[in-house]
Amino acid sequence: MSTDLLEEAARLRRGLPDDVGDRIVESLYTDATRLAETSVDRDGAASRLTVDRALDRVLTHRVWGFVAMGVLFFAVFWFTIAGAAVPSDLLYVLLVENGHAWLLDGFAAVGAPWWVTGLLVDGVYLATAWVIAVMLPPMAIFFPLFTLLEDFGYLPRVAFNLDRLFARAGAHGKQSLTMMMGYGCNAAGVTATRIIDSRRERLIAVITNNFSICNGRWPTLILMGTIFVGAVVPPALAGFVAAGAVVAVVILGIGVTLAVSWALSRTVLRGESSVYSLELPPYRPPRILRTLWTSIIDRTLKVLRRAVVMAAPAGAVIWLVGNVHLGDASVAAHLVTALGPIGWVMGLNGVILLAYLVAVPANEIIIPTIVMLTLTLGAPAAGAAPGVMLELGDDAQIGTVLVTTGGWTLLTAVNLMIFTLLHHPCSTTVLTIWHETRSVRWTAVATLLPLALGFVVCASVAGVVRALG
Amino acid sequence: MATPLPTPGVGRTPEPPDAGGACASCALAPEATRLARLGLDPGRYSHVVALAGNPNTGKSTVFNALTGLRQHVGNWAGKTVARAEGGFSYGGVGYRIVDLPGTYSLLSASADEDVARDVLLFGRPDVTVVVVDATRLERNLPLVLQVRQITGRVVVALNLVDEARRHGITVDVRHLARELGVPVVATAARRGEGLPDLLAAIEQVATTDDPPAPLRLVHHDPELERAVATLADQVAARFPSLPNTRWVALRLLEGDPGIEAAVRDGSLGDQAAPTVGAAG
Repeated sequence: MSTDLLEEAARLRRGLPDDVGDRIVESLYTDATRLAETSVDRDGAASRLTVDRALDRVLTHRVWGFVAMGVLFFAVFWFTIAGAAVPSDLLYVLLVENGHAWLLDGFAAVGAPWWVTGLLVDGVYLATAWVIAVMLPPMAIFFPLFTLLEDFGYLPRVAFNLDRLFARAGAHGKQSLTMMMGYGCNAAGVTATRIIDSRRERLIAVITNNFSICNGRWPTLILMGTIFVGAVVPPALAGFVAAGAVVAVVILGIGVTLAVSWALSRTVLRGESSVYSLELPPYRPPRILRTLWTSIIDRTLKVLRRAVVMAAPAGAVIWLVGNVHLGDASVAAHLVTALGPIGWVMGLNGVILLAYLVAVPANEIIIPTIVMLTLTLGAPAAGAAPGVMLELGDDAQIGTVLVTTGGWTLLTAVNLMIFTLLHHPCSTTVLTIWHETRSVRWTAVATLLPLALGFVVCASVAGVVRALG
Repeated sequence: MATPLPTPGVGRTPEPPDAGGACASCALAPEATRLARLGLDPGRYSHVVALAGNPNTGKSTVFNALTGLRQHVGNWAGKTVARAEGGFSYGGVGYRIVDLPGTYSLLSASADEDVARDVLLFGRPDVTVVVVDATRLERNLPLVLQVRQITGRVVVALNLVDEARRHGITVDVRHLARELGVPVVATAARRGEGLPDLLAAIEQVATTDDPPAPLRLVHHDPELERAVATLADQVAARFPSLPNTRWVALRLLEGDPGIEAAVRDGSLGDQAAPTVGAAG
C-alpha cells in the first residue's frame, strides 16, 4: 500500500517537466529573496564591506596570498620559539632538576627499594616532568596564536588559496579545510572529511590528512629546529632560522599532500573532481581574552594531559627496557642494535626507531623518549644510572647530550624532522580512520603509505648527504 | 560507503514527574537567572531542541551559550561535522539540545544534510532553533523556509546582529516574524546578547499545544501546484499523523530516495521513530 503512493508520485512526476526539482528549488529561493529584500535595510553597508574586500584582495591574491601565508605562519612559529625559551628553562629547573632530586630524597628517606624508586621516580615521574617542561610553554604560545588566526577568519582564506592546487591534484577543494583541521589533530581532521560527499575524494583526504602536522608533532619540530638547525647560525639569527626550518617542513607537508593526492587520483582512486563553493566568512575581530582562555583550556591542557597520560606508562616501559637484562645487555640495547642498521640507512639511529615503537600511542612523547633512551644506553659514558635521565639544564644541553652521547649530527635532526612529518599516524588516528572508512585495506594504506614515504625520503636525504660527504 | 553517521535518535525518556528537581542551582538564584547550564549531561529532560543553521552562523556559539560547554568555535564553514548534544534547564524544566551540522539546505545532497534532515523529520524535536546570519539573510532564508515547511515549532535566532549593526544592516525582526509565522529573536551570541529572549521563545514554542502549521509555499506553476495538492492528499490519507504532507509530497515528486525509503518502510508515519537508518 505504501508503494501505491510511490507509484502515484511517479505517475504525477511523468506529467511534469523534467526539471521539476530545479523549479521547486527556484521557487524556494525566489521566496527567500523576496523575504530578505523586504526585511533588510542596508544603510551604508557598502563602505564597511570594502575593508573585507581589500583584505581579501591581498590575502587571497594569486601571488601575495601565498607570501602572506608564509609570513603569517613564520611569525607564529618565531613567536613560539622565541617566547618559549625562558619559561621552558624555568619549568626545567623546577620539575626536572629540583623536583626529581626532592623525590629521590623522599623515597630514600622512607627506605623504598631501589626498583620502586627507579620505576616511579626515574621512570614515570621523570618522563612526565620532561613532557610538561618541554611541551607546555611552546603549546601555550602556539595554540592561542593559531586560534586567533582561525577566529579572525584567516584559515578559510588559506583553504581558498590552496583550493586551486587541490583541484589540479584531482582532489576535492574541501580537502584544504580538513587539512586545516589536521593541523590541530589528525583524528579530528579524518572525522572532518565527512564534509566531502564523494567517497573517492573523501578517501584521498583521509589518507593524506596525516601530512598535516598535528598538535603532538609541533613540539618535536620546534625543538629540533631550535636545538640543531637554529644552532648552526649565529645566535642573533637562530630564532629566524629555526622558525624557517619548521615552516619548511609544513610546506613540505603541503607538497606531499598534493603529490600523494595527485598520485592517488591518477591511479587507484580515479574519477571526476566535484565542484563546490567555498564560502569566505567575514573577518571578525577575535576576542583575544576569550580565545586565550579557551585555547589554553581546550587545546593546550587537553594535549598536555594526553601527553602526560601517555608519558607516565612510557616512562615505566623505558625504565624497564633499560633495566631488564637478557643475556649480556638490556632489552633496550638488544632492540636498538637490531634497529640500528635500518636507522642508519634512514639517516636516523636505532634509538629513534625504538622511540617511535614506544610512542605509537602518542607522538607527543617522541623527544622525551629519545633522550631517555639515549641516556640509558649511553649511560656508562655519561656517568648516569641506566634508565635515568641526566638532569639537563636547558634545550642546549639536550642538544649536547644527543650529540655527544647519541652521536647525532645535523643530518639526524633534519631527518627526524622529516620523519616527524612522514610516518604512521598515531594509534588514535588509525582507529578513527578505520571507524570512518570501515575498511581494513584503506586503513592499512593510510597507515603504511606515510611510513613507506618517510623511509624513502629519509634514506634518499641520508644517501645524498653521505655521497656529498 | 558505510559512513557511520550518528543515528538521529532523538527519542524521549518519559517525562519526569518533577522536572524541577533536576535543577539544583535554580534554588540558589530562583528568578535572577532561570537558566542552568547542564553541559554534556542533560540529565532528565522534557523537551528536545534542535539547532539548525547555515555553516558559520554561530550555531556552535549559541550551543555553548545555552549548555555552558566550550566546544571550540571556528570562524569557518563546516567546523561542526557530527552532532553535538548537551543540555540546559530553563525555568526548572530540562531541555536536551542537539547541535546539527551546518547546512545550506535540507535537500539531502550530502551526508551532513541528511543528518540534519533526518533529525528534523523523524526525530521531531519540540523546538527547532534556526540560527541565521543577520548580515547574509538572503542566503540563510532558504534553509529557514525549508525547516518551516517541515514544522511550525520553530524559533529563528537572528544571530550576529552586532556584526550587522557594524555593517550598517538593519533587519526588520517583526516583519520577518510575521512572514514566517514564528518567533524571531535578534541575538549576538558571542556577547550573550538576546539569549534571555531566545530562551523565553524556546520555552513558549516548546510548551504550546497549538504550534503554527507547516508553511505552505505556493508554487506559481498551476501544473506543479495541482500535482502537489493531489499527492499531499494521498500522503495525508496514508500517514494521517503527518503534519507536513505538502513538503513530503514535494520530495516525492522530486524522487528523493531518502523520503521514498521512509515511505516504503513506514517510518515516515511513526510518531516517535527513535531509530532511523542513518544515511537516507
